[in-house]
Amino acid sequence: MLTVTAPAPLTAPNPASARAAAVPPELQREVEQFLYRQAELLDGKAWQDYIDLFATEGVYWMPAHPHQTTGDGEPSIFFEDRNLMTIRMRRILHPRAWSQKTQWGTSHVVSNVVIEQHDAKSGSVVCRSRFHMLEFRRDQSRHFAGSYIHRLLKGAGGFRIALQRVDMVNGEGMYEYVLQAWV
Amino acid sequence: MARYGINELRGMVEPDRVHRATYSDPEIFELEMERIFNRVWTYVGHESQVKKPGDYWTVTIGRQPMIMIRGEDGKVHVLYNRCPHRGNLLIGERSGSAEKSIICSYHAWQFNFDGSPKAIPISKGYENTNLDPTSRACAIKPAPRTASYRGFVFASLADSGPSLLDWLGASKIAFDQMCDRAPDGEVEIVPTCFRVLQRSNWKFFLENQLDVAHAVVTHESTGRAATEVEEEVRTRQGSAPIDYHFLSGFTMPLSAFDKMTTVNYPAGHSVLEGYMSLRPQDPISLNYEAIMKQKYGEARTNQILDTNIHHVICYPGLSVQPPLQQLRAIRPLAHDQTLTELWHFRLKGAPEPIYRRALGYFNLVNSPSTMVNADDLWNFRKQHEGLSSEGGEWVSLHRYAGQDAEEANGVVRTRIGTSEAPLRNYFKAWAEYMTAGN
Repeated sequence: MLTVTAPAPLTAPNPASARAAAVPPELQREVEQFLYRQAELLDGKAWQDYIDLFATEGVYWMPAHPHQTTGDGEPSIFFEDRNLMTIRMRRILHPRAWSQKTQWGTSHVVSNVVIEQHDAKSGSVVCRSRFHMLEFRRDQSRHFAGSYIHRLLKGAGGFRIALQRVDMVNGEGMYEYVLQAWV
Repeated sequence: MARYGINELRGMVEPDRVHRATYSDPEIFELEMERIFNRVWTYVGHESQVKKPGDYWTVTIGRQPMIMIRGEDGKVHVLYNRCPHRGNLLIGERSGSAEKSIICSYHAWQFNFDGSPKAIPISKGYENTNLDPTSRACAIKPAPRTASYRGFVFASLADSGPSLLDWLGASKIAFDQMCDRAPDGEVEIVPTCFRVLQRSNWKFFLENQLDVAHAVVTHESTGRAATEVEEEVRTRQGSAPIDYHFLSGFTMPLSAFDKMTTVNYPAGHSVLEGYMSLRPQDPISLNYEAIMKQKYGEARTNQILDTNIHHVICYPGLSVQPPLQQLRAIRPLAHDQTLTELWHFRLKGAPEPIYRRALGYFNLVNSPSTMVNADDLWNFRKQHEGLSSEGGEWVSLHRYAGQDAEEANGVVRTRIGTSEAPLRNYFKAWAEYMTAGN
C-alpha cells in the first residue's frame, strides 16, 4: 500500500503554450476568491479549514524539479494527501513541536490568476497563478515565490482541490529553512 | 595558530567530556580543515551520476572546489575546478554534460575530460615563453588520490595515507550492505539531491545520527501525530501505509532505544544496529525476498537481509543508511555552517515498490518539508549558540562511560543503546587526527 494515491500528471506552467480559456467573469472571480481564501487560511494558521479545501482524494504537491509531471515514484518536497496533511497539522499543533514553538508567521500574495481549462459540464477548472510569500521566524525573514496550478472540482459547497502543484523558484536551493507548513 | 599547540588540543578531549571550543572556535575549524578534511577520503559521488564521457558534478572537498567527471577513457576523474591559466572556476553549474571538452569561459583554454590540455587558442603566443602548452602545467590539477568502491567515488587531497579500503575499515559494510540488497549487486543514483544548510558546526550532525537517546524527545510531536493518524487510517481502512512508521516509530519508549547497539570502530567509524524491523512480511517484501533468493540463494539472502543496520558513519563526512538506500554527505563550510547533501539510490533488479517504500523515507524524512530533521536542525542551531556562550566550558559525554564492551582491535560495542560511546569514539578519532605526527 502506497502512501499517496497519485493524481493524474500535471505539468508546470508553460506560459508559451498556455492560454486563458474564455470564461465568464463570474467564474474568474469565483476562482480568484477561492485562491485568496486558501492563502488567508494558511496565513491565519487555520490548518483544518485549509485541509478541508482539498477533496477526499486531493493532493498537495511540490515537486523537487520543475520538469516533473508527477510525484508518483519521484522525489518531491511535498506529496501529501489529506492523511499526511493531518499528520503535519497535528505535529505543528503539538506542544512539543520544538522548532515550531518560536513565534512565526507568513503572508501570501496570490496573483496572475489564469483559468486554463474549464469544463462547463462538471464545473471543474484548471487554473494557474503566482505567489509571493514572506515568512518571519525567529528574527529572520525568508522569501519564497513561485507558481501554483490548481485542479479544482466543483461540488455543492463550491470548489475543492483535486491537485495543487507548487513550483517554487527557490525550490532547488539549499534549505536552511525547512518548510514546516504548506506554501 | 599558536593558541592551539598539541598539548592544548590533547587537553580539549577527555575520555568522557570535551571542551566547547571544539565546536565554537573558528581557529579549531581551520585546523580541522588542514588536519582532518585535507587528509581523509571524502565521498565525491556515485558513478551512475556521470554515465557518459563529459558528464560532471561539482563538489567541495574540504575547502576545495572539485569536479567529478567521466573521461573519454570511461574512468571517473576528480579534478580541481580551476583553470591552470588564470585560475577561473572551469564549471559554474552544479551538474551537466560537457560536449567535446571542458572549456574555460575566460580565454577558451580547452581540456580533455581527464584534465589533460587539449587546445589553447592562438598558442603561438606562447612560443619563446616559459610555458609549454602541452605540459602538465597546462593540465587541470587532479585530486591527489581518487578511488572507487562498488560505484561510490571518493577522493583524498593527501598524496599519501591509507588506501580507501584500509581507511574505510569496517565501515565499508555501508556499501556492501547497500549493494548486496540489490538483486543485481549494485545501486543507481536517484538524481535528486536535497541540500541542507545548517547554521551550526558539522560535528552536531554526526553526533545526532548515532545519538539514540534524542529521538523520542526531539521527534515526539511528529511521532505522536503520525501514530494517531496511522491508527485512525487503520481503523477506517483496515491497514495504514507502511511508510507512516518512518514517523510513528518515534513513539517507541526510550527503553526500546536502549536495546539497540552501536559498534564503534577505530578512526571514528561507527554503526547503529537494530533501529527498525526492516524485514516486514508483507507481499511486496516477500516478492523481493523471492527475487533475492533466486540470485543469491537462501542462506546468503538471509545473511544480507538480517543485517539490521540503521546508520553507518564513515567518519568524519558520511552517513549511510543501507536498508533505505540513502546517504548524507557532510560538507563543513565554516565553524558555524555546514552543508549536508542527501541522496537516494535504487536497488538494481529490485521490484519498483521496494524503491517506492524507501522513497517514502526520502520524502518524509529527508526532503525540505521534513517533519523530522526540522527539529534536529533546530537543536543543532541552539546547541551551537549555547556552546558559543560562556555558560560552561565542557560538554558531557558521560552516559554509560566505561560500561561499554571493549573488544579486540579497539572496537567498542555498547551494552546499552543510549550509551554516548559513539560520541566518545568520534572525539577519540578527532584528537588522533588533530595531533597526528606528534
